[in-house]
Amino acid sequence: MTKTYPKASRPSLDDVSVGIEKGEFVFFIGPSGSGKSSIIKMLLREITPNRGKVVVNGKDVSSMRSWKIPTFRRSIGCVFQDFRLLPNRTAYENVAFALEVIGKTKAVARRVVPEVLELVGLGGKEHRYPHELSGGEQQRVAVARAFVNRPLILLADEPTGNLDPDTSIEIMRLLDRINRTGTTVVMVTHDSNIVNQMRRRVIEIESGRIVRDQPRGVYG
Amino acid sequence: MRLKYVLSEVMVGLWRNVTMTVAMIITFGVSLTMLGASALMFLQVNAMKDAYYDKIEVSIFLTGEVTDAQRATLDTQLKNDPLVRSFYYESKSQAYEKFKRLFADAPDLVSAVKPDGLPESFRVQLKNPEKFQEVSNKYAGSQGVEEIIDQQKLLSRLFGIVGSVQTLALITASIMAVAALLLVGNTIQVAAYSKRREVAVMKLVGASNWFIQSPFVLEAVFAGLIGALLAFGALLLGKWLLIDGSLKDLTSVLTPVPWKNVLLTLPFMAAVGGVVSAVTAWVTLRFYIRV
Repeated sequence: MTKTYPKASRPSLDDVSVGIEKGEFVFFIGPSGSGKSSIIKMLLREITPNRGKVVVNGKDVSSMRSWKIPTFRRSIGCVFQDFRLLPNRTAYENVAFALEVIGKTKAVARRVVPEVLELVGLGGKEHRYPHELSGGEQQRVAVARAFVNRPLILLADEPTGNLDPDTSIEIMRLLDRINRTGTTVVMVTHDSNIVNQMRRRVIEIESGRIVRDQPRGVYG
Repeated sequence: MRLKYVLSEVMVGLWRNVTMTVAMIITFGVSLTMLGASALMFLQVNAMKDAYYDKIEVSIFLTGEVTDAQRATLDTQLKNDPLVRSFYYESKSQAYEKFKRLFADAPDLVSAVKPDGLPESFRVQLKNPEKFQEVSNKYAGSQGVEEIIDQQKLLSRLFGIVGSVQTLALITASIMAVAALLLVGNTIQVAAYSKRREVAVMKLVGASNWFIQSPFVLEAVFAGLIGALLAFGALLLGKWLLIDGSLKDLTSVLTPVPWKNVLLTLPFMAAVGGVVSAVTAWVTLRFYIRV
């Protein structure tokens, strides 16, 4: 597919075609402005391509009616560089909020949230506010929130961009663990260390085109 | 549980921005008062038309030297006229009797008029009072007719005054409505901004649009409904103090405003206030919260 932003002189993504299987772990790498983040936005249906199709889980997302988008997004978890936690809610409440706003009861939240916080390694810190947690811990809360609905796909847009190398590796271990439960993980990153260590599929984008697609790649 | 969440969000939203909420309620109140008042006036004018048209007469005054034959011709003409519902003849002496009765408290005036100084006339009630001009044209040229006078002309001046008051109220209502709409738009923008993180997360995790938007819309609807209640209170007070109070003496002219009509304005104003605020809020949100 092709995506050109209004007022841009060249397409952000130019005739890009890529298939990702269920359960895969894929890195999108490339310099800033190469169009990596546009892929995430398109998978979330925040933007649509000008030409071509985005098919997620057998559904054409690019032509999806807008009232169907919320339900579609429930099958996708998302993690960002800036965590996007609610500052006035505790770790527990941040995760529970994601459940409550899609109509799950408090009883469900009470059962599921401690479980998922335990999974991401935050057992015992449920009642801390984001400002009382380290960057790595905040990102764990964000991962917990993304994973609590057991999504089919986890999108991660530079999840380690604000973290030091050791913490980054911990977060990657966590994402790897989530991937092993069968969840497809799509991660956009600049972090060569991580890509080289993980040895997973690497798709490199430059100026809106795919220049490399390796099954067990390194940062290059 | 979701309903409880939405309602608590509405309350939090209203309190967070309490000055704006009060401003919204007041502008809605004033606007709806004017709207309700003009609706009442509309009902009133219709009621007055019904009440007065039954009593309205067209008077055909005859000349002093009218002959018996001319009078008889007019009588048969009126009898066969499809526009006429009923009519009666008023002789000079009958006119004098009526005159004496009407001006009993002005004996000088009565003594100045001689019994045969007043013209005889036919008093005609029309099937449709609006058709006066047609009737007037038909008989104005007839022999023995002096002048034709329609009471409706006096009445239409009264209706004209009520009508312009009504127009004024409607203009005020629409100006205040514009202010109310702008305030709703602004309040929603502020509310959406202060909740932008929550909204971003809600969109991310796939909360439905109505769930994201309803607290904002309900905030505006709440203000609209409270404004309607205020307006209803103002109209009740107006009915009590003004129409049944200081203007009571005019009820012979203005026909009384029934309580039923005043009560009817509540659902009317509440519906207008609720729908207008909801639509404005929703349209504003379309611009500020994209899917």
